[in-house]
Amino acid sequence: MLIQCKVNGESRTLDVFPMARLLDVLREQLQLTGTKEGCGEGECGACTVVLDGRIVNSCLVPAAQVNGAEITTIEGVAHNDQLHAVQQAFIQHGGAQCGICTPGMVLAAVDLLKRNPQPTEDDVRNGLAGNLCRCTGYMKIFESVVRACQK
Amino acid sequence: MRAFIPDYQLNAPASLADALALLKNEPGVWKPFAGGTDLMVLLEAGKLPHRNYINIWGLSELRGIDVTGMHVTLGALTTYTEVQAHPVLRTEFPMLCKAASETGGLAIQNRGTLGGNIINASPAADSPPALLAYDAEIELISNGGSRWVPYHGFHTGYKQMRVAADELLARIRLRRNTAGATHYYRKVGTRKAQAISKVCLAATGRMNDGQINDTRIALGSVAPIVVRCVQTENALRGRQPDAETIASACDALLREISPIDDIRSTADYRLQVTKNLLTDFVFALQTGS
Repeated sequence: MLIQCKVNGESRTLDVFPMARLLDVLREQLQLTGTKEGCGEGECGACTVVLDGRIVNSCLVPAAQVNGAEITTIEGVAHNDQLHAVQQAFIQHGGAQCGICTPGMVLAAVDLLKRNPQPTEDDVRNGLAGNLCRCTGYMKIFESVVRACQK
Repeated sequence: MRAFIPDYQLNAPASLADALALLKNEPGVWKPFAGGTDLMVLLEAGKLPHRNYINIWGLSELRGIDVTGMHVTLGALTTYTEVQAHPVLRTEFPMLCKAASETGGLAIQNRGTLGGNIINASPAADSPPALLAYDAEIELISNGGSRWVPYHGFHTGYKQMRVAADELLARIRLRRNTAGATHYYRKVGTRKAQAISKVCLAATGRMNDGQINDTRIALGSVAPIVVRCVQTENALRGRQPDAETIASACDALLREISPIDDIRSTADYRLQVTKNLLTDFVFALQTGS
């Protein structure tokens, strides 16, 4: 089927199988490989993208359901060459290790700060609770997000 | 093994009427597909036997939360995020909000729906115990019309429920009679986010002149369906919240549940925790928390 959607601000017409995972459409058809696959079952958050203003696990979204939608992936978080405060904080405070969870963590953190610019420590933990880090670098990730709020 | 994606259909009807017509004209061929947080997991694992789905996610008729003097009525596609954000639900139905906040993580809560939680019929689902303890009613619609039924009794066995092939779950209705009640919801799992429950207990009740009154108790993950524990309620009703009452309620409870050993827990652990939660609920009633 043909679907139309906006990905990182750009209108796209895509020929997809209705039940193709949004994750695969992004990575394979649009070569947006910043979005990672971890578990493929909605447990790890590595495939997090923003769909119509809300974070989702792109491994659990069938392509037919993004017809007419707006999607932001990790590639769309920076504006031109200007990194988002969360991205800068991850670099500065060691929030990234192997990098597989990083795109999802950054998108979950950006989503949290958009909804709640002054989150408590609990809010930060809650906002990132759906994202797993296999390096277990949680403290640095947590610290990066807290520092990003102070910017 | 992963599923062969081209084998699957996800038909997008233009309206609710079109969706119901499709269900009516080709009974059993089409099944509803909402937020996908359960079905896509099965698909990826190659364990989604049914092939043809109707995409109901875009049907605005199945969305929205409507508040009247007597009821709060939720569209079947109400997400866990929407449940938590609603002021009346937060004040009057806190167990439903707690269930929603403990389901998956935020990304799941943005897609998972109350209707999906009911129709997917997992005995470990998080919102059904709360819905049973609030004695919710559900509306099933078809081309032939609409019927409201009590949610209690809807599930008849593991993944079995009283819904016809041409019917769609449309709305969930809660009676606004919870003022002054104790609301006790406790999900026991491996961690706070993402985990599926080992045991989940939802219960409401009131104290009248030192006696337990008006109590409803439901449990997840301890039987083939999420169970309303009527015998346990009867063992508590009209009694004082003392050790004797708790002991007889625990005896009744053991006759209503059938916990098993599985990947998440053991029957022994579930049994013990269930009794502990029931005891904790009685303490909560006593203190009025």
